[in-house]
Amino acid sequence: MRKHRHVRYPWTMLFLFCTSALMIFPFVWMLLSAFKTPADVYNYPPKWIPSSFQFTNFAEVFKKIPFIRFYINSIFVSVVQTVLQIAISAMGAFAFAKLDFPLKNKLYAFMQSSLFVPEIVTIIPMFLLAAVAGLIDTYTGLIVAELNCAFTTLLLISFFQSIPNELIDAAKVDGCGYFRVFLEIILPNSKTAIGAASLFAFLTHWRSYMWPLIITNNVKMRTLPIGLKYLVTETGTEYQVLMAASVMAIVPVLIVYILMEKEFVQSITLTGMKT
Amino acid sequence: MATVKGKETKAYSLKKEQSRAAAVMVTPLCITLVVLFLLPIVLVVFMSFTNWSMSSPTRSYVGLRNFKFVLSDPRFWKAFKNTLYYTGIKLVFDTGLALFIAVLLDKKIHFRRFFRIAHFAPVVVPITASSLIWLWFYDPGIGPFNQILQWLGLPPLQWLYSEKTALLSVILFSIWKGVGYNIILFLAGLQSIPESYLEAARIDGASERQVFFKVKLPLLSPVTSFIIMMGIINCFKVFTEVDVMTPNHGPLESTLLMVSYIYGQSFTRGKMGRGAASSLILFLIIFVFTMLQRRLGQKEVSFD
Repeated sequence: MRKHRHVRYPWTMLFLFCTSALMIFPFVWMLLSAFKTPADVYNYPPKWIPSSFQFTNFAEVFKKIPFIRFYINSIFVSVVQTVLQIAISAMGAFAFAKLDFPLKNKLYAFMQSSLFVPEIVTIIPMFLLAAVAGLIDTYTGLIVAELNCAFTTLLLISFFQSIPNELIDAAKVDGCGYFRVFLEIILPNSKTAIGAASLFAFLTHWRSYMWPLIITNNVKMRTLPIGLKYLVTETGTEYQVLMAASVMAIVPVLIVYILMEKEFVQSITLTGMKT
Repeated sequence: MATVKGKETKAYSLKKEQSRAAAVMVTPLCITLVVLFLLPIVLVVFMSFTNWSMSSPTRSYVGLRNFKFVLSDPRFWKAFKNTLYYTGIKLVFDTGLALFIAVLLDKKIHFRRFFRIAHFAPVVVPITASSLIWLWFYDPGIGPFNQILQWLGLPPLQWLYSEKTALLSVILFSIWKGVGYNIILFLAGLQSIPESYLEAARIDGASERQVFFKVKLPLLSPVTSFIIMMGIINCFKVFTEVDVMTPNHGPLESTLLMVSYIYGQSFTRGKMGRGAASSLILFLIIFVFTMLQRRLGQKEVSFD
């Protein structure tokens, strides 16, 4: 029955297939090229389909750069950042949404104002502070400096506010302290919001570029987005190797995205519209 | 009397308990805000009035000299002009194209999920990785773009390697990278319009075109103004893709943007005082746009 309600729009479909193809083309190109031989790449005219599918380019990536180290660095840093950021934000958001305390409004405005300030403004003094504290080339330096909690806190506040006060009052009557209220009522009742905020935070940290670029000098401390650049050289980039590395960097993200598409979209609409 | 007094103390102790719990829960947040925001801001303002430099340990107060230097530096104005150019072109496509595609995706069509996934995929991958793919696309010798131009019978372009096309090439990439984000926002906006509004318009004899221009578009205006303002603000913050694709600001510095300028002053040249001053100027520009967005954002559209 439902099928009949779909109306076919041939021109719309054609147009969307074309734009979709354009959007996907770079990924298809990357996947195909990761298997190309140098001859496929440097021949004129270049070949679009590899002459034979070989995995040598992938092996070459590990020979050229400490790729696994970059990967582990990126995962470790972004996971720790996400967990810390969401924990700090959720606790703070609970206090703002459900508790009364002095200076609440002033603090709220202060937090909001921090959103207006672009990263490049704070990054110059942050670099000096990190240098003084001896945090260059350390995980602490990589992680701590980017715990920008303001945005995720503001997002969570608006969600926690929608949790009925009666739930909290009932728990209070039963003798729960506010910490138990937070753990047992607020958190279980806002899984969607926490999920959306976490996804948003993780994506931001996973893609982070400027701060890791500044705070690390040692190759071993580089994260994936910076590390990939080692494959680009002035004398001639081996594109097929670069593509093999890109496949390993991009495909896991794409798979997670396709599996969790609904959550991704939700995180964008929630985070996008709340500011 | 006793009960009233009892209530009062109870209310008082409840309030005290709340403040105490709140103090504990807000403390980590406050620490991050002070250390990662307040302290750097104070420091950057202070630095902008000094000749702070990476190479020399001595630093002294220089008044407004850094600001004067930056505002009379032709490179700064070039970066400003490039950023405006970048913003203008990107915004037209990011808003127009995104709205157009969102309207199409709002129809009841097959493969909707596939279309959505395809258009949004570039948004989720790390910008470095995708700009490295495009670096190859733009290669004048072995890149597929020039090959496609050849198939179409058009002359080859130098893409990132010519002053005329370098910035446009970066813009093209960033449209590919970012348009999906706006599509999702527009789509969410379109889907939040109550069906009854559209029905009512159609019953009154409105054509689909009229429904779009007279009903949908006005109701979308908060989303549109949000997208435009955020688009402007984000264009002034662009760094990753220009830095990856044109590490030396492209031919004749044709891809030098505001953040690249500030970054270059502070970290490549080590003139952190000048960097600080120019970053404050950028902040001022973004602040003006943010205030505008707030102002315009207040014109809420009501569904009631």
